[in-house]
Amino acid sequence: MIFETAFWLPIGIMAPLLAALCTFLAPQRMSPLVTMIGAGITFVAVGFLSASLVRNGPARHTVGGWGAPLGIDLAVDGLAALMLMLTAVVGAAVALYAYGYFNFSGHGEETKRRYASFWPLWLFLWSALNALFLSRDVFNLYVTLELVSFAAVALTALAGKPDVLRAAMRYLLVSLVGSLFYLMGVAYLYGEFGVLDIDQLKKTVTATPSLAAAAALMTVGLMMKTALFPLHFWLPPAHANAIAPVSALLSALVVKGSFYILLRAWLEIFYPLSHTGAPYLLTGLGGAAILWGSLQAIRQVRLKLLIAYSTVAQIGYLFLLTPLLFVKEQSPIALSGIVCFILAHAGAKAAAFLSAGAIQLVTGDDRISSLRGLMQMQPLAVVAFGAAGVSLAALPPSGGFIAKWFMLHAALAHGDRLVAAIIVVGGLLAAIYVMRVVAPLFRQPDDAVLHRLTLAPKTMTLTALGLAVLALLLSFAGIPVMEMLSIGAVGILGIE
Amino acid sequence: MIGTSTLYTLAGVLLFGMGLYALIAYPHLLRKILAMNVMGTGVFMVLISIAYQGPTQRADPIPHALVITGIVVAVCATGLALTLATRIQALTGSARLETDEEA
Repeated sequence: MIFETAFWLPIGIMAPLLAALCTFLAPQRMSPLVTMIGAGITFVAVGFLSASLVRNGPARHTVGGWGAPLGIDLAVDGLAALMLMLTAVVGAAVALYAYGYFNFSGHGEETKRRYASFWPLWLFLWSALNALFLSRDVFNLYVTLELVSFAAVALTALAGKPDVLRAAMRYLLVSLVGSLFYLMGVAYLYGEFGVLDIDQLKKTVTATPSLAAAAALMTVGLMMKTALFPLHFWLPPAHANAIAPVSALLSALVVKGSFYILLRAWLEIFYPLSHTGAPYLLTGLGGAAILWGSLQAIRQVRLKLLIAYSTVAQIGYLFLLTPLLFVKEQSPIALSGIVCFILAHAGAKAAAFLSAGAIQLVTGDDRISSLRGLMQMQPLAVVAFGAAGVSLAALPPSGGFIAKWFMLHAALAHGDRLVAAIIVVGGLLAAIYVMRVVAPLFRQPDDAVLHRLTLAPKTMTLTALGLAVLALLLSFAGIPVMEMLSIGAVGILGIE
Repeated sequence: MIGTSTLYTLAGVLLFGMGLYALIAYPHLLRKILAMNVMGTGVFMVLISIAYQGPTQRADPIPHALVITGIVVAVCATGLALTLATRIQALTGSARLETDEEA
């Protein structure tokens, strides 16, 4: 039983959900402990799930024994397993960091009570993300999308200040509109093809006007939630004003959730439309996102806004290769590039936000100009930020580098010189905004500032550093990721 | 002549559009939340019209199940949005997204 993949599928979703409910039953000071136990079980479930996936191939679980088309199926393949592992690793690291963060900054009864909600909300988010990655039903995906948004919005609002509440409200409204667009698309799909299960849709879809309408509605809805340029306006205030552990979760994982659905939808449902202009439109928007987001990041005076605009830019890369996913020769490499990019960006961006949070906590200031000389004071946090920056700017050796290597390879093999040029220019711009932060860190500090500062807790700086090192180590993950993705063969290889 | 089902679908799409317009056009948060609910109702109406299979046949139950689930989600969303809106009103004295500098 333990060695059956399907056995672990529901546990990955239920364990964090039950742990979240338990945090309400146990006394408040026990919340971190209950969370860690729930996180541990989920971690083990994801580990066994992935190991048995590698050994036995893709698996399905029919919830309640109903089975598609009437019931809802959970299924895991290489792509889903990679996303589950990413969420588990980044999520667990962020939880450790949050423990240090709250102990260091959570003074005052009201703040303490507010921060205590972090634990159940984070577990809800984890459960919803796992459900999203494992769902094989387009309507169930709508429900998981909403669950992810609700948890994410509530987490954003934890900071409690008027600015962040407004940002959370804007985030919630955009997110709801995005979900409703998606749901309208689901209605069109069901009206035309009469099924909701992705595997059955895959077999029945044809290029009809209804499919085009569904594709347009669902793509726009998911673009809003993924914050693809020009629908990114809600992201910088929400990600920059949330508390550091939440910013890391939002940028590393939450935007990837809606992108994951978009990726699957195009690969498995909308592929009859691949010859239309739509994939090229996504490429264009991705390119614009990279240039616009990077230029905005370079202009920022606040550190966390700079990192948030960097997310806007980096999301662009996820869309740059959309047309190549439908070209037989380039598809596996393009997909590997995109997935490597998701993993590397999640690690690096979480590390960047976490180290920025540690720095901000000790300096009490979010301006880039106040970072002078922190290398001497907070060496671990600074090294973590630097290592994350290496991956964001895609310098070798890093996960960002290997992802862009795959992308460049696919783009040049297909003769897309413009796409290749954007990838290179985007890397240069990223190097500029990373240097804008790193350069002042190494300057000579003012003595007055030096004496004022205390050291950030080791739990915080070390988890940030750990994630940054992971993002660097991902440079060796290119081939393993490709092999994982071939399990279940998502994409055009799976359709033939 | 337009069939009953198509008429309802079109009405649903119209509601969706009206809701989207109101959501963008009106600054007050309560109006935005109401607009979001109107959009949702539009989607539900489209789903219900899909379920209709002619006067003699039984309606398809699956879209109905989707609508019920959708309503539950919409209620949760409204609750969360209202909580945030009242909190913003309590802290800033105005239930709007724009700050004074922007307005």
